[in-house]
Amino acid sequence: MIRSLVLGSIVDAVLHVLVLLAVPPLLQGVIVKTKARFGGRVGAPVLQPYFDLAKLLRKEMVISRTTSWVFLAGPAVTLTATVSAALLLPFGGMSAPVHFAGDLVLFAYLLALGRFFTAAAALDTGSAFEGMGAAREVTFACLAEPAMFLGLLALVKLSGSLELSGMLAPGIGTAWGRAAPTMVMIVAGLFVIVLAENSRIPVDDPSTHLELTMIHEVMVLDHSGPALAAVLYGASIKLFAMGAILVQLVVPVALGSVLLDWGVFLAAMLAFAIVVGVVESCMARLRLLYVSNLLVGAGVITGFGLLLLLVG
Amino acid sequence: MVADRVAAGLLGLGAAVGLAGAIAAVASPTAHGLAWPWALPWGRLVVAVDGISAAFLFPTLLVPALAAIYGVGYWPPQAHPESAVRVRVFLGLLAGAMTTLLIARDAVLFLMAFEVMTLSAFFLVTTEDGRSEVREAGWVYLAASHTSFLLLLAMFAALHALTGSFDLTAVAPGSIGLGARSVLFLLALVAFGIKAGVMPFHVWLPPAHASAPSHVSALMSGVLIKIGIYGIVRVLEMLPEPPVAWGVLLLLLGAASGIGGVAFAIAQHDIKRLLAYHSIENIGIIVMGIGLAVVGRATHVPLLVVLGLGAAVLHVWNHAIFKALLFLSAGVVVHATGTRDIDRMGGLGRALPWSSALFTLGAVAICGLPPLNGFVSELILYLGAFESLKLQEVRLGALVAPVLAVIGALACACFVKVVGSVFLGMPRDPTVRPGDEAGWSMRAPMVILASLCLVLGVVPVVAFPVLDVAVASWMGQTGARELPHLRDLLPFPAVGIAVAMVAAVAAGLAWVLMRAARGAQVVGTWDCGYARITSRMQYTGSSFGRTLVDLLRPILRPHRHDPVLAGAFPLRSAFRLHVGDVVFERWVLPLVERFADRCSRLRTRQALRIQMYIVYVVVATVGLLLFLIDVRELLRAAVFE
Repeated sequence: MIRSLVLGSIVDAVLHVLVLLAVPPLLQGVIVKTKARFGGRVGAPVLQPYFDLAKLLRKEMVISRTTSWVFLAGPAVTLTATVSAALLLPFGGMSAPVHFAGDLVLFAYLLALGRFFTAAAALDTGSAFEGMGAAREVTFACLAEPAMFLGLLALVKLSGSLELSGMLAPGIGTAWGRAAPTMVMIVAGLFVIVLAENSRIPVDDPSTHLELTMIHEVMVLDHSGPALAAVLYGASIKLFAMGAILVQLVVPVALGSVLLDWGVFLAAMLAFAIVVGVVESCMARLRLLYVSNLLVGAGVITGFGLLLLLVG
Repeated sequence: MVADRVAAGLLGLGAAVGLAGAIAAVASPTAHGLAWPWALPWGRLVVAVDGISAAFLFPTLLVPALAAIYGVGYWPPQAHPESAVRVRVFLGLLAGAMTTLLIARDAVLFLMAFEVMTLSAFFLVTTEDGRSEVREAGWVYLAASHTSFLLLLAMFAALHALTGSFDLTAVAPGSIGLGARSVLFLLALVAFGIKAGVMPFHVWLPPAHASAPSHVSALMSGVLIKIGIYGIVRVLEMLPEPPVAWGVLLLLLGAASGIGGVAFAIAQHDIKRLLAYHSIENIGIIVMGIGLAVVGRATHVPLLVVLGLGAAVLHVWNHAIFKALLFLSAGVVVHATGTRDIDRMGGLGRALPWSSALFTLGAVAICGLPPLNGFVSELILYLGAFESLKLQEVRLGALVAPVLAVIGALACACFVKVVGSVFLGMPRDPTVRPGDEAGWSMRAPMVILASLCLVLGVVPVVAFPVLDVAVASWMGQTGARELPHLRDLLPFPAVGIAVAMVAAVAAGLAWVLMRAARGAQVVGTWDCGYARITSRMQYTGSSFGRTLVDLLRPILRPHRHDPVLAGAFPLRSAFRLHVGDVVFERWVLPLVERFADRCSRLRTRQALRIQMYIVYVVVATVGLLLFLIDVRELLRAAVFE
């Protein structure tokens, strides 16, 4: 039976929101640091993303005369939608502040709402490059979305729950015993999707400045000052949220103590950032033509995982 | 023009009265019927409003009234002296015919209303019959609709032969065998599938929607094609104990229609054709919902029936609302620019602030994004898909979830393209000068539709009683008792209100950013160091969709014209990408042409003199009379008197 909306306990909710708002930029810092170490450099401090955000918030904006209200609505809607999507996710074995049957659909669609407005804001500038980025973003989303839903469908089947808080609860750990092949496939497929949706290597290179090759960064070329801060902050929250899905599948730990659970969760999130950094250091960006193959591959893997469940 | 206002006002009044009746029918869901005597040898003049009729009556009454009000400003007699009266007469007739059809309880009355509906829509589509493409679209529509009519005639005749009645009521279980029922179902599915524009029976839909005046397109896309959906729902109600296979067939057709519709939409350059293909997509979503309901009914899972049919009927409402909004605001754009070609527009948001904002809202709604109404019906459908994972017999329904995800992402891509290349950026074609923004008589209907998008997105609970009654009436006497209620299944209004709060926060944040931008330096767009950026460097709608069209090549079969660069000084050349309707060009047209060829032998009996035709008519009449009248009886009477 489908239950209605439930608000978790107040303390949990406050802790959840604090972690969600404070930690995400740290992940970016860890990724950059990992890449620097691989390159034999010292690298920027781990807290550099926070400094960048603070600097951007103080700066004034420069705005293109072609743009309209959509240009600034883009970052605003995207940041809000991403934060509210992340409020539907459980962190550290705790239920999410807001959870209800079918919240996984709202999660995916809030991210899509953000994508809609980011791409629209990019087209608002009339720039060839930003149009290019927007076209790529929405095109690759068409391949990533079904793959993600196939994975989520398999998790629904495995956990017997229609809530993200139930699907990603520590109980999912038993699935590694019951249906290990499916879990491996889901995690592999979702990892590719997390990299693609967050514009990481091998799909996109967030540190490049060659505009022709990029997807996400090229869409926000014209945003500056506080608007750019909102964009970057939103992007880090999206990476944190999608990473949290993976982390809770791979490390489904419940030690019983709230503090320990949060500690394990945050440590696992940092480990996730290091893994992303390692992948980025060891791989080159794929040619754009092959990105669609990669995403279709991710869809096939998760789909096959689901099929194993349904047949077996 | 007073007459004009009176016509729109009367239609609005009729809609208000009808809506009151529909609400009353929902409030006390016992059968409300009326019967009158009539002189025809067949059928009866019986009308009644049950839950299904009531649910479909809401959009069918609302949209024509709003379209008529919009029409006062959009198609004024001063600007269109030759067709203004025609548009008004047939718009009212169409609205009346659709309403009659929804409440008809007799097959003969149903078919008569169906034919009146078809013909009035034909005269509306061919309003601008001076243009050859409009006439062509009209003929294709007429041919498709009459194919549908003939199939329906066969279906009702067969039903009459089996049951001995023309009543549109549920057939007693066990009275018709499964084979006969399946034949009836298939006939109805194709007939109503043509009307609804289910792919691959959709060939009439894109040209007809593109050719009609925009408020007529809104009416057709919003309501007329839903009559086909009503027909499918009604026939499924009449035929008891559906096998799982029917549900599977509906699921497959719905998925094909959903993905196919949106795939073709992405490749279009004509804004109205593009919206028409999105109607095919949304019809696909609705048919998938009906498919889930049939699977639920066949496997005796009431929860699945409620979620599937509830999602389908709610999406009928939602699509009627946001598609009407999109067509009406696109109408303002077409009117203002004088073109339907997306690639020639750009930056219209400045000249048309209201229409651009309203179109953007409609675009967000049709993509199924929160906090608007499209999200709610898709969420219910997703829940149905997850629910069918639990079934033992058939779990195909679960695949509705990834299919919906593909459709949603493609729709998002398509509407980012439309909004971006029509309203945002720089103007692309200096010869296209944006005209005036819509006046209040055109703006008011759009604002009403937009607020309905928001209301049904935030507090969809207001619609749930109607959906519950519709589902109960679809399940009939036996099945209705154990049905769960939608409001117990869904986290509304809590989620709706939470999402609305999120929207408010987003608006607040945007306001903060706009305040911060008030003193900002305003410069040209950063184009990576290139200072003399022109509008020709912008991405066009075609270039935006190119990668997707390439990926979808096996379905779309695009005709591609690449620029030729030869020699040291290449001449001017252009890239063109055209996607025709594959089903029409590759299947329907050759088939029809071959059929017409075969029939050409009959044409030798076709004399070119009118006298010969009169002879044919006389012979036919006498023959029919002889057939109908008992000749011996007649002779006997003549001899004895």
